[in-house]
Amino acid sequence: MLRLKKMSQRQSIYGWLLLSPAMILLTTFAFYPSMATFWSSLFSRGTRRKPSKFIGTDNYTDLFADPTFWKVLTNNLIYAGATIPISIVIALSMALWANSKIPARSFIRTAYFTPTVLPMIAAANLWLFFYTPGFGVLDQIGSLFGLPSVNWLGQPETALFSIIVVTIWKEAGFFMIFYLAALQTIPEDLKEAADIEGTSRWYYTRRIVLPLLMPTTLFILVNALINSVKLIDHLFILTKGGPNDASKLLLYYIWEMAFAFFDAPHAAATTILVLAALGIIAGIKFTILDKRTHYQ
Amino acid sequence: MKFFLRNIEALGAILLAIIWVSPLLYAFWAAFHNTSDAVNFNIYGEWTLDNFKIAWDGAPWLRYFLNTFMLVTVILIGQFFVTTLAGFAFAQIKFPGRDFVFILVLMQLFILPEVLIVENYAMVSRLGLFDTILGVGMPYMASAFGIFLMRQAFKGVPYELHEAARVEGCGWFGILWRVYVPLARPTYIAYALVSVSTHWNNFLWPLIVTNTPDTRPLTVGLSIFGAPENGVDISIISAATMMSIAPLLIVFLIFQRQFVQAFLRTGIK
Repeated sequence: MLRLKKMSQRQSIYGWLLLSPAMILLTTFAFYPSMATFWSSLFSRGTRRKPSKFIGTDNYTDLFADPTFWKVLTNNLIYAGATIPISIVIALSMALWANSKIPARSFIRTAYFTPTVLPMIAAANLWLFFYTPGFGVLDQIGSLFGLPSVNWLGQPETALFSIIVVTIWKEAGFFMIFYLAALQTIPEDLKEAADIEGTSRWYYTRRIVLPLLMPTTLFILVNALINSVKLIDHLFILTKGGPNDASKLLLYYIWEMAFAFFDAPHAAATTILVLAALGIIAGIKFTILDKRTHYQ
Repeated sequence: MKFFLRNIEALGAILLAIIWVSPLLYAFWAAFHNTSDAVNFNIYGEWTLDNFKIAWDGAPWLRYFLNTFMLVTVILIGQFFVTTLAGFAFAQIKFPGRDFVFILVLMQLFILPEVLIVENYAMVSRLGLFDTILGVGMPYMASAFGIFLMRQAFKGVPYELHEAARVEGCGWFGILWRVYVPLARPTYIAYALVSVSTHWNNFLWPLIVTNTPDTRPLTVGLSIFGAPENGVDISIISAATMMSIAPLLIVFLIFQRQFVQAFLRTGIK
């Protein structure tokens, strides 16, 4: 009995020792910074004359009173609302195609997946070519049809849309991979049974394949939600959030406040709001989605 | 006509594929032509390496390549070390508090390092790691995702092997090193591919933490080189872009199957 207790004590020590590097790093770069961000969001911005002092939720009230914040939030919602469904639908079609018996299948797969391995910065450089007014590819194609030159990135109506297109281009191929994997786990006999019954391909896809892909779709959805916060690198090259904040997204806004305007308290308050949103996504994932998949 | 209809899907698939690679192909083509040929779609324009020469001389690319290479190496080594130990603890050692800590780790999946840039920047400066490659890499080493992945891999190792090694006189470390690590090799390879390609392409955090060409990775170097303020023309930007994506892209095209498998293995639990 005593020996058993000693053994489990020793096991405990080993366990914590093995976890310690991870826990130290996670505390230093995730847990502590989250707390510190919350804490500093409650203080005013210190200047040489006025040292920073505790102001409660004033930073948050400032944000809610600031039309730029609402503009950026709306932009990000549009960004999420457009990139997520469109890239999921494109990813699904890509996967269905790349999984069917069509000519040039390996070329098609490679083509779909390639943008995934490029840095967002490089992707933005490639797309500059398409968007530049006057001699950009889109304008040249437009001029063939007699359309006027459009400054895609330079006018508020099209800037966010142009950013969205690049994001979809970048992430659809990545999501395709997950669908492709799921498709390959669907047993062949289901298709055979459907063929014997004489069901149409469309019916088979809609009633059998799509329901079976549901867990994958949910997995992709969570990833896409996170991406809609994270994927902002191309803003640095293409629009810098402009013109007039028309294409500014939350994470870029945080970066700009903290590192261009040196307004750390408001950046912290915005960060806390983003973390709260991510927390809600996490909550949904761990409660609803994990009922379907179990990690054991 | 019937044949055409039957193949309309194949046509759609191929068309989409062409649209999908066209930005890349176009930039590739433009990188080898002078600007006026490139913007005028002069297909008969002469091929030239001038853009590459100008781009290469315009920035310390070799240094950037080296920095990126060191960065991904440092991160990968750190990740392997940290996630192996933690993954093993979570998978095979029972002790009080383990499940609570595991939930903490899972939470980090959603606290993106990218979102915490302000405080992480303060932290890295406090540690004296500002403008160092270690400073860029450190926040990514204890990747919750990696810990989770390793835990799953180690859980799949038959316990009989663990027992057998213990009977042979192996300690914890010996068992981990001789039994678990070799058996989890495919997971390590997959994780390495995903990690390297993620950090090769990472931008925002390195932009914040680096300040000199001595530490700047390729992505940050490329963004500075191509900034409109520098007035570099578009063919030269293309050449620089091609240069900086070439290593990863070539590796990807050669090991395509492994890459795709890697993303799959790490994505689907």
